[in-house]
Amino acid sequence: MAVADSNHEAHWQRTKGLTIKTLIVWFIFAFLVHWFAPQLNEFSILGFPLGFYMAGQGSLFAFVVIIFWFARAQNKIDEEFGVAEEANEDE
Amino acid sequence: MKGDFIQNLGKIYGLYTGGFLLFIILMAILEQAGVSPDTIGYLFVGFTIAIYALIGVLSRTMATDQYYVAGRQVPALYNGMATAADWMSGASFVAMAGGIYFGGYGYMAFLVGWTGGYVLVASLMAPYLRKFGCYTVPDFIGTRYGGNFARLCAVVVLVVASFTYVTAQINATGTVAARALQIPFEVGVWFGLAGILVCSMLGGMRAVTWTQVAQYIVLIIAYIVPVVWMSNKSGFGMIPQLSYGDAVQRVQELEVLHQVGVLKPTEAFAGLSALVTPINAPGETFIDKWKFATLVLCMMCGTASLPHVLMRYFTTPSVRAARISVGWSILFIFLLYFTAPALATFTKLSLLDPTLATGIIGKSIAEVNALEWIQKWAAVDFLQVSDSNGDGILQINELFMRSGIVVLATPEIAGLPYVISGLVAAGGMAAAMSTADGLLLAIANALSHDLYYKIIDPQAETRKRLIVARILLLGVGAAGAFVASLKLTSILGAVAWAFDFACSGLFFPLVLGIWWKRANRQGAIAGMMGGFVAGTAYLYYVHFAGGTPWLGIDHLRFGMIGMPVSLVAMIVVSLMTEEPDAETQAMVDAVRTPRGDTVLASTH
Repeated sequence: MAVADSNHEAHWQRTKGLTIKTLIVWFIFAFLVHWFAPQLNEFSILGFPLGFYMAGQGSLFAFVVIIFWFARAQNKIDEEFGVAEEANEDE
Repeated sequence: MKGDFIQNLGKIYGLYTGGFLLFIILMAILEQAGVSPDTIGYLFVGFTIAIYALIGVLSRTMATDQYYVAGRQVPALYNGMATAADWMSGASFVAMAGGIYFGGYGYMAFLVGWTGGYVLVASLMAPYLRKFGCYTVPDFIGTRYGGNFARLCAVVVLVVASFTYVTAQINATGTVAARALQIPFEVGVWFGLAGILVCSMLGGMRAVTWTQVAQYIVLIIAYIVPVVWMSNKSGFGMIPQLSYGDAVQRVQELEVLHQVGVLKPTEAFAGLSALVTPINAPGETFIDKWKFATLVLCMMCGTASLPHVLMRYFTTPSVRAARISVGWSILFIFLLYFTAPALATFTKLSLLDPTLATGIIGKSIAEVNALEWIQKWAAVDFLQVSDSNGDGILQINELFMRSGIVVLATPEIAGLPYVISGLVAAGGMAAAMSTADGLLLAIANALSHDLYYKIIDPQAETRKRLIVARILLLGVGAAGAFVASLKLTSILGAVAWAFDFACSGLFFPLVLGIWWKRANRQGAIAGMMGGFVAGTAYLYYVHFAGGTPWLGIDHLRFGMIGMPVSLVAMIVVSLMTEEPDAETQAMVDAVRTPRGDTVLASTH
């Protein structure tokens, strides 16, 4: 807790911003896309009806990408504000 | 010695995977040499359980941080594998593809919910809880909000949610053990429990972590090999997950041909169902879409509140590793989940396509009844062929199956060698055992650390704490096996309920504990109890008292009642009572900053 208050506050604002962005993308793939599944089925991707594809594979893949992207972005923020943990070989 | 082990993980698990592949080849050779299928099934299940037991014994420990959080030195990638095994239950392995086969598009809400929940875990929960440094989920609630009563509320929700879940897993291990070892189900349940406990009793989280990694490797090989084999056989190539699109379209044509959804079954067999839902028919009405979305939401928030999942991220070496580890977890889960709809589609194609040798719909009843796999699975009540309209031809509404059959019998339906069926049995066992281990440990740890040590006897010395932890593990396991042997619930109902219980009682108290400084003890208690009681009361109303669901919120979605009640109760009560003291607020600040010491000491 040696971090100065203003730096801490700025770091937290950026962290919140990133979290909100992440959750917006999450919302799109978790709910919005499937709400329009009947319409999406009019299109096709890799031979799949698109609505089926999104529920069976597309959204799942999007979640994988979102989480790795989020982890990277949060890490950058932590480093920028000097609050990242000491370098370690844990990955 | 331990340092060596962590540094050599790649080599050790590489060797292990190679050894397992060799074992499969050996079994294939034995099969060719005329060894009976029963013996091969026995060897598959026996050999894999022996390996897990060996790992369990080698990982024994008498240190609290090793027992509760594996010494916080599990690298992100391996923690991801362990989480994937912890997560994918017997239901995921055995029932998921069958669920899609029978439920079509609507069932895929589970796929979306059970993966998307990890976005919430990564962004809202895991890194912060890791920074907190707790041993268990109630440990966080009890420290953040203060007071034994808040801790106790969290223990209650945890035990109810996890126990609901674990009985289903012990049930699944019993089913697999009973089939593979040719013993009665009631004996199989206790046999399965013995296997589960040997992995966790001596080494706690440390032993469970390393057996779960081993179990993940077995279960993912066992799931993907048959699907790739089948896909190759029917001309869809080596990566069926990307190429089954044409099969989906072909199935849609065949479903029209066979009048799926038009022909309703006129008979009923307990536990079996006929196919009435087309593979890709998302509902057009508001209520259909709402039902899909609410199921997704409950499963996601449940994922982010289930203690046996969250506690896996307490074991990583750092906050940063905890985040990346969520990414690895979902990648490893994705490998199985994106294969499940492919498997469901191939199975449907095999059964429905009259141009394929395996297609049985439209053939004469006599011809179908003469098939070996039909006779075998009918004999164990997994399947029933009944000529309801007496025309001597098998229609779509005259074939009744149990949903687990899609995974378990697929190798036989597609005419694959028996060694593949043995492999699938070992995979199902691994999936159910690993989840049961995680759940039992979550329950027993909450009881030993939070109830016994923090509330009943704070002076207890380490040795005594760890002995109590093991006795509780044994007791909880025995209670789970006893309930499972009564066969009270169907696998799926119970699994979805665990998610609803968890999100009703724990989701908002956990999230707001990190994200809202103003949240206080009174609010958290109101949130936990309010949400949990409201959700449970609604479950009773809709499932047991025969009430009409409001807005399509049925027993699978009762979190939709629990969560809003929890949120409102927590906010209103927090605002009506005084704000948390400066010490608590500083604690929240510390949790939000990755650098620095954990809030709780590394051993506590």
